[in-house]
Amino acid sequence: MRNTFADTFYEAGTRDKRLAVVVADISPAGSIQKFREDFPDRFVNTGVSEQIMIGMCAGMALRGLRPFAYTIATFTLFRPFEFVRNDLCYQNLPVTVVGIGGGVTYSTLGGTHHAMEDVAVAGAIPNLTILAPCDPDETKAATLWCVEQTRGPVYLRLGKAGEPDFTSIAVDPWEFGKVRYLRNGQDVCIFSYGPIMKLAVELADRFEKSGKSVSLISVHTLKPLDREGISTALAAHKHAIVIEECVPRGGLAGQVKEIAWDQKADCRLDAFSLQDEFIHCYGTHSDLLAAHGLSIESLVQQLKIV
Amino acid sequence: MASVEKGFDALAAQRRCLEYRRRILEISQQVTALHVAPAFSCLEMVDLIYSGLMRPSAEGLSPRFLDSFLMSKGHGCLSQYVILENFGVLEKSDLQNYCTPIGQLGAHPDFGVPGIEASTGSLGHGMGIATGMAYADRIKGDDRHIFVVLSDGELQEGSTWEAIMMAANLNLHNLIAFVDLNDFGGLARMSEGHPAFYPVLDKIRAFGWEAIEVNGHDAAAMHDGFLNRSRKKPLMIVGKTVKGKGVSFMEHVPIWHYRSPNKEEYAQALAELGEVSS
Repeated sequence: MRNTFADTFYEAGTRDKRLAVVVADISPAGSIQKFREDFPDRFVNTGVSEQIMIGMCAGMALRGLRPFAYTIATFTLFRPFEFVRNDLCYQNLPVTVVGIGGGVTYSTLGGTHHAMEDVAVAGAIPNLTILAPCDPDETKAATLWCVEQTRGPVYLRLGKAGEPDFTSIAVDPWEFGKVRYLRNGQDVCIFSYGPIMKLAVELADRFEKSGKSVSLISVHTLKPLDREGISTALAAHKHAIVIEECVPRGGLAGQVKEIAWDQKADCRLDAFSLQDEFIHCYGTHSDLLAAHGLSIESLVQQLKIV
Repeated sequence: MASVEKGFDALAAQRRCLEYRRRILEISQQVTALHVAPAFSCLEMVDLIYSGLMRPSAEGLSPRFLDSFLMSKGHGCLSQYVILENFGVLEKSDLQNYCTPIGQLGAHPDFGVPGIEASTGSLGHGMGIATGMAYADRIKGDDRHIFVVLSDGELQEGSTWEAIMMAANLNLHNLIAFVDLNDFGGLARMSEGHPAFYPVLDKIRAFGWEAIEVNGHDAAAMHDGFLNRSRKKPLMIVGKTVKGKGVSFMEHVPIWHYRSPNKEEYAQALAELGEVSS
């Protein structure tokens, strides 16, 4: 995802001279390094100064540039939170805040580097659009949308590197603000977003093996949320499941439940999120998710899939 | 640029500032709380910026000024409002409707209001935004100055120092900041509660800026400082000021950070300021 973002951004940056990237002492991956070399004026490293990374982006946007703030999610969103809120969101400026390593992606770096609450925190701020692509192709589509958009600030939540492709055979194309069916089925619908789509795919496979027909849905635009699309899916399936790499309050799961309540949905609804807990665990990304109860074995057991 | 370089009519500035102080006091009678004293301490700076330093845009173009001004100490914005009113950027009715549901002006400046280029009020934001603006202007090849007024309390925000350091790293000599060094936070004197805050000038210079310290109510001295700048580094004009300047019972008294004068106090304040000489 990181490399796809960098390649896409670089390519767009060769055409659009308004694009700039402001980093806070993160080593530029892939094409961001190339962007730095080819367009040194449009690459700024503020050093370990995240507040000013966001503040400068605001000032640059006020002058007609299209800056992207770029570093690890905890440091683009949590550390300079009030700068994101006041400078970008309150003033509604077209700045993209790129968060690398949303959720517990940085699984060996410990809790200080886990953006477990990023979607909940970002979702609370008016004007802030949230995009959470699940794979490299969605990352490309989301990045291109960020480059062109005129809505205002965006939190672009990415994973790290090496995420597999989940969407090349998707039923729907990527469309801003719309849920995207990756698979179309009748019995169960699974909503997910971001790199944890891997688990959603595995779960869909298990359901299908057990004879169920599954809709697998990428909720890549978390804000504004496609309430109508979610509502339609809830009405069309007997069983709905949300899988997300976010704390249980403030993410997608709660919103799907709200929609279900509002429409008096009569489907079964299960939600699987990170725990409301700082879990001290090191290992692979999957190990961390498993520590939060987000493993295929745990889900299959809880859902009693035979 | 020529009109700026010619010099600055200090007497005319004094007359304007007297009128502005009277107008701010007049507005104070409409509301129970506002920031009179912080507006009085930076008034000469803000007036100098608008009337002596900001270059106008070409005739009829919007915005009115080629250069930019950010009131980073957002609580000083009454000084900006009355000046914008005088320039015709804000309407008299805007000031009459200050802090009311039918108005557009609040106790801190809001982006989108005519003449207001950034939403401030939370301290420590103006310098970062200004740094981004100054950098963007440079890479776009636009000849624009960014003027910022900071409070001294605002220099306690780490983000202000992040920006000060970054502006020097980027060599942004199109950035000119003023510090309203009135020695007061909202609570107490800086020199008593935070003696390590001083000396300010050395700290600014150590962070790579050109910096001078002058009387912040002496527009001519601040103007000279601007004209004599090296144009090689960002410039900080540290202006020693009096919070509540011009009204004896407001000077150096923390309560006037927030309070509006009652009728008797209002009359006394007007009397102390005197009449605007013709």
